[in-house]
Amino acid sequence: MGLAAQEPNTGPGILLGSLDKFVDWARRSSLWPATFGLACCAIEMMASGASRFDLARFGMEVFRASPRQADLMIVAGRVSQKMAPVLRQIYDQMPDPKWVISMGACASCGGVFNNYALVQGVDQIVPVDMYVPGCPPRPEMLIDGIMKLHEKILAGDYRRR
Amino acid sequence: MSDVIEQIKATFPGAALSESNAFGQDVLVVAPDKWQGVARWLATESGFAFLSDLCGVDWLEVRGEARFEVVYNLTNFESKTRLTVKVPVAGDPPTARTVTDLWPAANWLEREAFDMFGIVFEGHPNLERILMPDEWEGHPLRKDYAVGKVPIEFKHLSPGF
Amino acid sequence: MSTVDQFEANSAGAFVEAWDESAETMTINMGPQHPSTHGVLRLVLTLEGEIVREARPVIGYLHTGMEKECEDNNWRQAVTIVTRMDYLAPFHNELVYSMGVEKLLGIEVPERGQAIRILMTELNRISSHLVWLATQSMDMGAISMMLYGFRERELLIDFFEMVTGLRMNHNYICPGGVWQDLPEGWRTPLADFYSIFPKKIAEYEGLLTDNPIWRQRTQGVGVISREDALALGATGPILRATGLDWDIRKAFPYSGIDKYEFEVPTETGGDVFSRYVVRMEEMRQSLGIAQQVIESMPEGDYRNPDPKITPPSRRQLTTSMEAVIHHFKIVTQGYTVPAGEVYVAVESPRGELGTWIVSDGGTNPYRVHVRDPSFVNLQSLPVMMKDSLVADTVASIASVDPVMGGVDR
Repeated sequence: MGLAAQEPNTGPGILLGSLDKFVDWARRSSLWPATFGLACCAIEMMASGASRFDLARFGMEVFRASPRQADLMIVAGRVSQKMAPVLRQIYDQMPDPKWVISMGACASCGGVFNNYALVQGVDQIVPVDMYVPGCPPRPEMLIDGIMKLHEKILAGDYRRR
Repeated sequence: MSDVIEQIKATFPGAALSESNAFGQDVLVVAPDKWQGVARWLATESGFAFLSDLCGVDWLEVRGEARFEVVYNLTNFESKTRLTVKVPVAGDPPTARTVTDLWPAANWLEREAFDMFGIVFEGHPNLERILMPDEWEGHPLRKDYAVGKVPIEFKHLSPGF
Repeated sequence: MSTVDQFEANSAGAFVEAWDESAETMTINMGPQHPSTHGVLRLVLTLEGEIVREARPVIGYLHTGMEKECEDNNWRQAVTIVTRMDYLAPFHNELVYSMGVEKLLGIEVPERGQAIRILMTELNRISSHLVWLATQSMDMGAISMMLYGFRERELLIDFFEMVTGLRMNHNYICPGGVWQDLPEGWRTPLADFYSIFPKKIAEYEGLLTDNPIWRQRTQGVGVISREDALALGATGPILRATGLDWDIRKAFPYSGIDKYEFEVPTETGGDVFSRYVVRMEEMRQSLGIAQQVIESMPEGDYRNPDPKITPPSRRQLTTSMEAVIHHFKIVTQGYTVPAGEVYVAVESPRGELGTWIVSDGGTNPYRVHVRDPSFVNLQSLPVMMKDSLVADTVASIASVDPVMGGVDR
């Protein structure tokens, strides 16, 4: 991903490096999430999109219903065994570049529920870029996670995946 | 209202295996072969036309013969009373008679009891798994089905794990 | 261009008669990942053109094994599990479970504890209905209502956070009473809320109730008759919108709620519009109940002081050996509940929330079954959606107000 990747030894250079930085900045400034609210964390995700916490200031208030139009999947809630293939399918349907935030304890590691019914962490199914702990995480915590993901995107880390 | 229990004992001799009044509510244990008649009478004539709840219980360690039990909680809207009926379920696979023809609300409740305990309800319109994936093996709420905990590092060192 | 007057009760009737009977049907899938299915509900729709011939809900995508998990935790820890079932009304889940355990234990909750419970659950009813209003309106296109609903809900969530420490899934109402007393100055945020909210309900009703678009999309849509609702076990606003004033708070009063005056709103249409009217009025009634609780909040213990169940106050741990022993036993082992079985129910925002608790005398519950209202209410969705338009499915689902955490547990 990125024109700089084709020149392994010399580095990006001024022209292409600036273009990469510009593209990264554009990507992180309008990261559109796909709706993947599952359980209680979904309510906090909706609250962070609502007026008090306002994800719109990050360009993210449009939760795209279709994964084909989204670049961020916020897995908000517990993933059951029945839901796991659906999660993977939605992830596969998202076009590159895509990122995944695992929101909440259940999505990060199974959370309070260590039993037969839940996948113990969505990183067993999809690669995760940012883990936001909490049960449920406050909207400020989710926004903090999103801002750290922004920094990650600006640094160009994702290309090494 | 123990009038109901008296009426059941009078109309269906041999049906009531035991009766009690716990916490202000009548509890009646009905023999499985007599349950169909009693249920029809309860649903159509006695005023207990509303099925509040239907669930299964696994008495693996506590009782010997009938391992499972289906608990019906009925509500009488006019007299504002409740009646609990427990029907023991024996056999392998444990088999009971459906009540969806009398209380259509039992449709999904019986499917859940089938999914979680393996109790087969004869005469049910579509007895399929409802909560677990269709191809799941085993019935999770049975007492001999493990919770399915994933081992967590060092957790075994704390008491009560 | 048709006006409101030209639409009859079932607007799909105009299309059905003109349809060719030999037309083929198409089965499509809606969900589980869908913006309008209120969580992970999957609907398999059999369509004939624009008309839904059959709707089959498929659930289980959020099954968390909570009932099994409750058997693996002790009586006090199970509150944390139960509270995450219906995550929009967590206080109700905790309340019904705690009531069941208290009946098995044979203990009473002091008056202040009961009053605090009613205060929290009635305010929770308002916050749950606000989410319903936000999502119902957004699903039908009135997107600004989403922001209004969540804006007012934030004020209530601030109060919950002040009292319980958490915005959601509070783990506050436990067997014996409530976990902590109301903090100092708890009346202030509620006074602020009361100065704003009644005007807001009136404002939202002004936006929606007489709005011709809202009426066209909700009247005659998702109709269910009283007999069908009763047969299918539907309770809550669905049943009250068919004209039957059945409310657990009036039929089987709990936690001292019969001390407060309130009415049970009903409507007769049985459609989405009637449910909307019922829920808006329920918000007003809950405001009234909470107002009465605030004005008459009794003093005293907020939880049953029995040291076998309630950990002693931390100040006593430095002076009393018995307090230390009781604290130790409760925290490490948990208390035991005498063997028995009981069914209790409360009126959650969605209907009758009941629980069948079985104890075998141990420190862990033997069986906790929760009769979730959304689980049973969803069975009435196929009846509501039969022979209606695809565009009406979203309105019907939103008016049933399912919370999949409770449906799948």
